[in-house]
Amino acid sequence: MSIPTKRALLKLAALSSLAAAAILAGCGKKEEPAPAPAPAAAAPAPAAPEPLKAAWVYVGPVGDAGWTFAHDLGRKAVEAEFGDKVKTSFVEKVPEGADAERVIRDLATQGNKIIFATSFGYMEPMLKVAAEFPDVKFEHATGYKTAPNMRIYDAKFYEDTYVAGIIAGKMSKTGTLGFVGSFPIPEVLRNINAFTLGAQSVNPKIKTKVVWVSTWFDPPKESEAAQSLINAGADVLLQNTDSTAVLQTAEKNGKYAFGWDSDMSGFATKAHLASAIADWGGYYKKAVKDVMDGTWKTERTVWGVKEGQNDLIKIADVVPEDIRKKVEEVKAGMKAGTFEVFTGPVVTNDGKEVLAKGAAADQAWKDKVDFYVKGVEGKIPSGK
Amino acid sequence: MNELALLVAATLASGTPLAIAGLGLLLGEKAGVLNLGAEGMMLVAAIAGFGAAFLTGSDTIAFAAGAAAGAAMAALFALLAIGLNTNQYATGLALSLFGAGFSAFVGVAFVGKKLPDRAPFELPLLADLPFFGPALFRQHPMVYVAIALVAALAWFLYRTRAGLVLRAVGESPESAHALGYPVRAIRLAAVVTGGALCGIAGAFLSVVYAPLWVEGLVAGRGWIALALTTFATWRPARVLLGAYLFGGVTMLQFALQGAGVEVSSQLLSMLPYLATIVVLALISRNPLWIRINMPASLGKPFHPGS
Repeated sequence: MSIPTKRALLKLAALSSLAAAAILAGCGKKEEPAPAPAPAAAAPAPAAPEPLKAAWVYVGPVGDAGWTFAHDLGRKAVEAEFGDKVKTSFVEKVPEGADAERVIRDLATQGNKIIFATSFGYMEPMLKVAAEFPDVKFEHATGYKTAPNMRIYDAKFYEDTYVAGIIAGKMSKTGTLGFVGSFPIPEVLRNINAFTLGAQSVNPKIKTKVVWVSTWFDPPKESEAAQSLINAGADVLLQNTDSTAVLQTAEKNGKYAFGWDSDMSGFATKAHLASAIADWGGYYKKAVKDVMDGTWKTERTVWGVKEGQNDLIKIADVVPEDIRKKVEEVKAGMKAGTFEVFTGPVVTNDGKEVLAKGAAADQAWKDKVDFYVKGVEGKIPSGK
Repeated sequence: MNELALLVAATLASGTPLAIAGLGLLLGEKAGVLNLGAEGMMLVAAIAGFGAAFLTGSDTIAFAAGAAAGAAMAALFALLAIGLNTNQYATGLALSLFGAGFSAFVGVAFVGKKLPDRAPFELPLLADLPFFGPALFRQHPMVYVAIALVAALAWFLYRTRAGLVLRAVGESPESAHALGYPVRAIRLAAVVTGGALCGIAGAFLSVVYAPLWVEGLVAGRGWIALALTTFATWRPARVLLGAYLFGGVTMLQFALQGAGVEVSSQLLSMLPYLATIVVLALISRNPLWIRINMPASLGKPFHPGS
C-alpha cells in the first residue's frame, strides 16, 4: 500500500470538508423561511391591491404533533379564509433569545405587516423589534408585555384540563392522578389546579401527584417521569409537555392518559381518554382582519372554550355516559359564559383560602396563581 | 416494596442505552481513539432504527439498522481521524454536529409517527417471582444484552490475545507497529465496532425506550456516555455501574417529587450528573489506577513511518 503524500492528503481533507459544508448548508436551508420574495417593493404597485403579508415565528418544527403544529393549522386557516388577499410565511425552530430578534427583524424588513410570535420567550426580542417598526403589527402569544403596535393573546388551557379532570376523576381506580409538569409558572399551575378541581367535582377524595421535568420537550425524560408517577400509584395522567411520550407510557402500563395540544388518539388506542386541543385559527383570522380593516388596537385577548379556542375532543368509548353528559354540561356552561373554573371557595393545599366563597376569579387573579389547590400533593418547587 | 421493585426496573431500562454506548466508546478509546461524535452517531442510529421499525415492524431489523448507521458514522470518523490523521477532537465534534442536523433532516417524515404495539417482555417463570420478577425479569432483552456485553468486553480486553493487541495499540502504537501489527486497521475495527454499539444504544432509545422520533431525541445521552468512560477509568464494569447510577438517580428524583418531598426540582434535575461524577470520581480516585487504565496514546494520531 503506498502512502499518499502529504499534499494529496491535504487536498482530500479540503475536498471532504467542502463536501461536508455543502451538506450542512443543504440541511440548514430547511430551516430558513419559506422563500420570501424580494423585500416589498418600495413603491407599491398601484394596480391590483397587494396581498397583506403575515408571518409566524415558531419555536418547534411544524411536525411536532403538538404546540407548533397547532399554530401552523391556525396559519393555514388564515390562508383558507382570505385566499390571495394574504400571503403567509413562517420560520420554524427559532430559539428563544438573540436569534429570535434577528428573525423577527428580518420578517419585518421583508414587508410583513403582521407578525405572530408563538412562544413566551419571544416577548423581549419582539418588544425590541416592535419599537423599530411602528407601522408593523406585532402579536405575541402567552406573554404579558405590550406596546402601541404589539399586543398579546392567550388561550384558556385550564378549561380543557378542568374537563379532562372530570373524566380522570371518574376513570381513576386508585384515586390518584398524575401530572407531568414542565415549569412551575402560573399557566401550568392553573392547569394542574383545574385538573384537580375537575376531578374533585366527581370524586372529592381524589389526589394529584406532580412531577416536574424542567423541559417542554424531551420524550425519554417525559416517559421516565410518567413511569415514576405510575409506579407511585397514579393511574390517569395528564401532561403539560408537548410530546406523545406520556400517553404512550400510559399505554405500555395499561393506564389512562390524555392527548395534549393536538389530537393524539392515534398514538394510544387503549390509554387515550381524550385530547385537549387549541384552535388558534379563530384568533389569527380576527387579527389579520383587524389589520385589513384598520381596526387593530393594542389589547389582550384570552379566549377559551367559549370562543372555540379550546376544546376537549375524541372522548374515548370507555368513558361512561353520565360523565359524558356532565362534560357536555360544563362545556355548555363555559360556552354560555356561566361557568367559571376558578369559583370560590378555592383553598390551597396548605389550607389558605385564596378565593372567597361564591367569588369568580378575574384575569389578574389567574395571572398570579402560585399555589396548589387542596388535593394536589407536595409543594411547588421554587427558588424562593 | 413494590414501588422499590419498579424503581429498580426503571433504573435498569434507563441505564441500558448509556451503558451500551459507553462500552462502545470504551472499545475505541482502548485502541487510542477518542470519538467525541457519540451524540451524532446515536442520533443518526436512532432515526435509522426508528425508520426501520416503522417500515418493517421488526425490532431485530431496527437494531440492525441502528448498528449499521452507527458503524457508518464511525467509519466516516475513522476515514478522517485515522485515515487522514485529522484532529480527533475536532473531527468528533464535527460528527456530533453533523449527526444532529442530518438526523433532523432525514427524520422529518417520521415525526409524530407511531410504532406498532408490542407485547411486554418477560422471562418465563422468573417474571412471577415476588419483588425480583417485576424488578429484574420483565425487561427488554437489550437490558440483559448490556450486562452480557460488559462481561464479554472485559473478557476480550483482558483475557484474549486480540484484546491485548488492541490495548497495545492504544498504549503505544509505535511499538505495536514495530512488532508488525496493522495499527490503523485495528483502530478502524475498534472504532467501527464501537460505533455499531453506540448505534444499538441510539436505536434502543427511539424504538424501545421513548418509543418515538423527534429531533434531538438523544438529548445529551451521548455526552454522558463519553463522560462515563472517563470517570469509570476505562473499566467495563464501572461503565455499567455508572450508567445504572445515572439512571437510578434520574428515576429516584422523579420518585421523590411524586412522593412530595420538598426539594427544589432544579436541584433534583442536577442530581444524576452530580451523583454519578462524585461516586465514580471517588471509587476511581487512585492516581495509579487512572494512569494504568488510561490508554497512554488516547487522542493522539498515529501515522506509520512518521
